[in-house]
Amino acid sequence: MIGAVSAGGAVGACARYGASLIRPTATGAFPWTTLLVNVVGCAVMGVFMVLITEVWSAHRLVRPFFGTGVLGGFTTFSTYTTDVQRLIETGRPVTGLATFVLTPVAALVGVGVAVAATRTVLASGKSAGTDVGEGAK
Amino acid sequence: MNWLLVVVGACVGAPLRYLTDRAVQERHGTKFPWGTFTVNVVGSLILGLLTGAVSAGAASPHVQLLVGTGLCGALTTYSTFSYETLRLAEEGPWFPAAANVVASVTAGLGAAVVGGALARVWWG
Repeated sequence: MIGAVSAGGAVGACARYGASLIRPTATGAFPWTTLLVNVVGCAVMGVFMVLITEVWSAHRLVRPFFGTGVLGGFTTFSTYTTDVQRLIETGRPVTGLATFVLTPVAALVGVGVAVAATRTVLASGKSAGTDVGEGAK
Repeated sequence: MNWLLVVVGACVGAPLRYLTDRAVQERHGTKFPWGTFTVNVVGSLILGLLTGAVSAGAASPHVQLLVGTGLCGALTTYSTFSYETLRLAEEGPWFPAAANVVASVTAGLGAAVVGGALARVWWG
């Protein structure tokens, strides 16, 4: 269990580090890369949790590896807070405040939309399956 | 080398989050996600301190990768924070969900500021 979380965390952190190398944030700029990483991670978490709790009976290590490990290692709360702190302390309070407010709003919208969309797709898939079944009778 | 530092840090940070969350959640009877709150605030404090140490020249960029990008990045989480907030909002009144967001972001930012201030006191 611990090994699965640890391995997943390494995969997620490498993906985040890779994203920061591909698109580094300039000093004083709005930290778009961290925002994007966090919002994408939250959206994937929404899809994953609906699938794993409402659809699949996955292997017991899937959730610790992917949910706790990969997505937990990919997204970061500490970089978000220190980005805001640095922006405010280096004389960019507006950018700092925008990061502070926009990130949780975008993350919550991301996870909420992902959960709702996944449930909608699953429900339409089920009703389509029922229609086919009835048509075949 | 850089990637290895991130991997080693994350290999420690992610299970530390998992174990802290379990230990904290076992100690209270509410559904409020204090475990995630704890790792996010503690991780923000450590990263604030570390970032200050690096800018003061007291810590190397390698330590930043190991402890900052790897350990603190994997110790803290936005995905679990937002999913737990959504669950709180779905399951009951809106207040605990809103309180989780406001408390987490303000305490996290406060911890980062305190970490930065401590770094200035020690290495400034």
